[in-house]
Amino acid sequence: MAGTALRGRLTWQQATVTGLVAETSNTRSIVFDLPDWPGHRAGQHVDVRLTAEDGYQAERSYSIASAPEDPHVVLTVERLDDGEVSPYLVDELRIGDEVELRGPVGGHFVWESTCDSPVLLVAGGSGVVPFRSMLRHHAAAGSTVPMRLLYSARSRETLIYADEFTRLGGRGGIDIRVTLTRENPGTWPGERGRIDRDFLTRTGLPPAEEPLVYVCGPTAFVETVANTLVDLGHGPGRIRTERFGGTGTP
Amino acid sequence: MTTFDGNAIAGTLNAVFGGEMTTASGTCASCGATELLAQLRVYRDAPGVVARCEHCDAILMVIVEKRGIACVDVSGFAALEEPTQL
Ligand SMILES: Cc1cc2nc3c(=O)[nH]c(=O)nc-3n(C[C@H](O)[C@H](O)[C@H](O)COP(=O)(O)OP(=O)(O)OC[C@H]3O[C@@H](n4cnc5c(N)ncnc54)[C@H](O)[C@@H]3O)c2cc1C
Ligand SMILES: [Zn+2]
Repeated sequence: MAGTALRGRLTWQQATVTGLVAETSNTRSIVFDLPDWPGHRAGQHVDVRLTAEDGYQAERSYSIASAPEDPHVVLTVERLDDGEVSPYLVDELRIGDEVELRGPVGGHFVWESTCDSPVLLVAGGSGVVPFRSMLRHHAAAGSTVPMRLLYSARSRETLIYADEFTRLGGRGGIDIRVTLTRENPGTWPGERGRIDRDFLTRTGLPPAEEPLVYVCGPTAFVETVANTLVDLGHGPGRIRTERFGGTGTP
Repeated sequence: MTTFDGNAIAGTLNAVFGGEMTTASGTCASCGATELLAQLRVYRDAPGVVARCEHCDAILMVIVEKRGIACVDVSGFAALEEPTQL
């Protein structure tokens, strides 16, 4: 087994913050240095664990925003004002701080560039994070399969990765459609309103093309979109879902 | 209470079973449906993790961690696959 690192049991490791990027007023990306990172697949996540001085621990999952090809592991976290963990990660963490992290985990909600089906990605709010990894992976691997992202956010202000998506869109089979649910008319030239049956019919990929479909975001959003996709004729076995929790729909 | 799915407990399942479990399937002892564990309906706010069948809502699995030791009850499954390697 010379040269191969056998992966042991999944354990917590110390991750050091090496970079912070404000994506919007309530969302930021955190760049980590991990001494013992085995590599990841696009769509996987990690568990983050925080320990208070009195020993109390809180654990949450965060999708990996960086591509397998990227040099660092990046998470993108949205602050929930009444949340226990996200306000700390978004507002308090500083460069040089350490958190405990374990992963990568999750083998179901992943996309490999070796897969030759067209891909439809449907995101609500921070549900776009694992798709950023998949889109970067698509570009880095030089894939040419059609990959279409439908991304719903509340307003232009809450859009994350906007500049990057503008650069990626239209290249090598990547097609990105953003819809804003609460933006004022006149201030946004693109799509407006929820990702509903009409929107999916107009902008999704036709079921006849048998796309592999990934849906991610708040729990209620994921359930509504997945049910609508099945109604439209997409095979349930072609739809992969990941629920981030919460009840709202972005 | 906020609901997640089996993906949310991929880390916990990996630590308990020693491998990737969200791509393994389990058969519900109550209604007989077989699904990937990624599709379980998961509640994490409880003292541990409670996972229910997405078809009939029966409790399939309960995991409670106490001082680093996990107690796992999988008696809701009629069958459960072994973990797969990543
Ligand atoms: C597999 C997986 C990947 C995830 N990836 C990301 C990611 O990349 N970026 C990210 O920002 N979050 C992600 N999440 C959500 C994240 O794990 C936390 O649930 C979120 O940060 C809230 O934690 P908190 O401690 O701040 O809030 P809590 O204290 O846990 O909750 C505060 C309140 O918000 C509600 N709530 C919980 N989760 C959500 C949610 N996601 N949306 C809306 N309301 C919610 C709760 O019901 C509660 O009322 C992911 C979740 C899963 C399961
Ligand atoms: Zn059942």
